Amino acid sequence: MQYQWNFDWLANYMPVFVNGVAITIELILVGAVLGVCLGIVCAWVRALGPVWLKPFVAAYVELIRNTPFLIQLFFIFFGLPSLGMKLTALQAANIAMVVNLGAYSCEIIRAGIQATPRGQFEAGASLAMTPLQTFRHVVLVPALQRIWPALASQIVIVMLGSSVVSQIAVEDLTFASNFVQSRNFRAFETYLVATLTYLALAIALRKVLDGVGWVIFPRRKV
Amino acid sequence: MAQFTVFDILRNLLLATQWTVVLSIVSFIGGGLVGMLVLFARISNRGWLRLLGRGYVELFQGTPLLMQLFLAFFGLALFGISVPAWLAAGLALILWTAAFLGEIWRGCVQAVAKGQWEASASLGMGYFQQMQHVILPQALRVAIPPTVGFSVQVVKGTALTSIIGFIELTRAGTVVTNATYQPFLVYGLVALIYFCLCWPLSRASQILERKLNVAHSHH
Amino acid sequence: MSLIAITDVRKSFGSNEVLKGIDIDIARGEVIAIIGKSGSGKSTLLRCINGLETIDSGSISVEGAQLLTEARALRELRLKVGMIFQQFNLFPHLTAGRNVMLSQMVVKKTPKDEAAEIARNMLQRVGLGEKFDAYPDQLSGGQQQRVAIARALAMQPIALLCDEITSALDPELVAEVLAVVKELAAEGMTLVMVTHEMRFARDVCSRVVFMHQGRVHEIGPPEDVFTNPRTPELQQFLGMSQAA
Ligand SMILES: Nc1ncnc2c1ncn2[C@@H]1O[C@H](COP(=O)(O)OP(=O)(O)OP(=O)(O)O)[C@@H](O)[C@H]1O
Ligand SMILES: [Mg+2]
Repeated sequence: MQYQWNFDWLANYMPVFVNGVAITIELILVGAVLGVCLGIVCAWVRALGPVWLKPFVAAYVELIRNTPFLIQLFFIFFGLPSLGMKLTALQAANIAMVVNLGAYSCEIIRAGIQATPRGQFEAGASLAMTPLQTFRHVVLVPALQRIWPALASQIVIVMLGSSVVSQIAVEDLTFASNFVQSRNFRAFETYLVATLTYLALAIALRKVLDGVGWVIFPRRKV
Repeated sequence: MAQFTVFDILRNLLLATQWTVVLSIVSFIGGGLVGMLVLFARISNRGWLRLLGRGYVELFQGTPLLMQLFLAFFGLALFGISVPAWLAAGLALILWTAAFLGEIWRGCVQAVAKGQWEASASLGMGYFQQMQHVILPQALRVAIPPTVGFSVQVVKGTALTSIIGFIELTRAGTVVTNATYQPFLVYGLVALIYFCLCWPLSRASQILERKLNVAHSHH
Repeated sequence: MSLIAITDVRKSFGSNEVLKGIDIDIARGEVIAIIGKSGSGKSTLLRCINGLETIDSGSISVEGAQLLTEARALRELRLKVGMIFQQFNLFPHLTAGRNVMLSQMVVKKTPKDEAAEIARNMLQRVGLGEKFDAYPDQLSGGQQQRVAIARALAMQPIALLCDEITSALDPELVAEVLAVVKELAAEGMTLVMVTHEMRFARDVCSRVVFMHQGRVHEIGPPEDVFTNPRTPELQQFLGMSQAA
């Protein structure tokens, strides 16, 4: 059996792919920034926050971590409108990714906070800082620095997971390749190109996140 | 149109859940076997094998599972066979699981203290003897919690096979939603069923982890 | 003929030359103490003799056979030369008895019963006959180190390398391990030990090697080395260690 590889179509459909890549990047940008912020707040609650709030955050984290992202996405996009919340597909995808990464990063960041030596809290308190000030100015940055590699890995995982947003017609890279393969009848080659593009994106994202870590953390040991 | 009760919906979803469970088990076991090969490639003392293992892991961890499913589906079709969705689903999930399990296990093997390699070497053991009698038994203990933990990812990963047409829980959710127009209820129930499958595994992993940390003894 | 011949051995880690041409001949039945400051290359030398590190140049031979890096030859060598580590390195998932049996069974293919018999004898010999079924984490440091000695002895080596085998022990446990070593010496075992126990070195050893900056700075019988140090470095080192 001789298969004839064919990549001639690639030039014609380049703009479609480029557009898809742009949407995927936008998704992960919003998802990562807001998701990590949400994760920080939740991690603070779980590690140091008011007792009455802890069970709610714990439930949220467990719920998200033990259900598929695809179902979370469907629930938000198809389910919430029946409660009167109308969302565009892109909004739904953004929310789903923030909520998803928020739960995972909560657990990661919490581990970083809990590894803080006791003395740091005591030093903050002895300088008359409030617990929240101590958290914000003393604890948070070293905690993030400790777990930055794990957090970066999780962000990459969420980026790769975002390919399912094509299922609610967000025009990301996967959506673009679905579209292209329905026109060129070259499914395998099309998905191969998309897959390699994702691989490149994953590697690039990893590098960017390493760079971000380099910039936001002064280079001292924690 | 017939009115669906919550009971009808649940019954249909649970019927499909069995396929989620079957696919999860097959993927986990198959992935474990292939993962073993990945592990041995990754820790081999042959450079080219290590490189191969590393490339494999990079590829499967660096690309979306959904793309791997598409490639398996359309790639198998290149061989001229009409591919049933379950075959492509199983193949992709096994290969994907293998990459992650192999990498988890490599971490466990490398966590075994260097002194254990040296002591067993100084007693004259060869590579495979060291592996079999000294390193793997110790690595295995540490490997159990994260391995159980990863099974959760496998169960969740099976949801994506609905996209290539394998009929399991997620797919059933979509079908039932289209028939009932009750997405909030149906996807809520679907999420609940996944939660019931995954949460015990997550808990088990955490409990095993804690046990390992508390009692590093055998008794 | 010497049992272990070390000739012009050199070893670097990157640009850091740790051994700068070592020559030592060790006769059968000798007990050699290697002393010297931290970082002078003592451990590295022992690890080279056991093939845990490869040497850059020079040669090491045991019973006339060259130390080669090829895996089979290396294992042959390790059957002849045992090693005891500072951190014991017992296998934590096996009982003391199993620790001693394992390599006999898998390397020498000794039948299980016989291996168990030997293990029992060896544990007896280090004074731990009743600890056969104890796991390493149920033993004190001194007991663990004695199990490690029994484990090495079970392979019937012609020489033992000991790298600071009492340094990880609480002071009150040092004596029980040294007593075992002393007994081995009395029985004629060839021993090469890195140690900070100067009194022990003086009492038990036939020769003392003082290493300094990757070289053998002084070598001789303990009475010479300890009472008549010729170089200022050794004088200073001994002064230091007496003060400590
Ligand atoms: N695996 C290695 N990689 C790089 N450098 C090493 C390695 N092992 C040892 N060294 C370096 O070699 C030098 C000698 O180390 P070695 O452990 O032999 O000293 P030592 O005399 O045993 O000291 P100590 O009394 O502290 O045990 C040191 O400078 C050490 O940093
Ligand atoms: Mg040393």
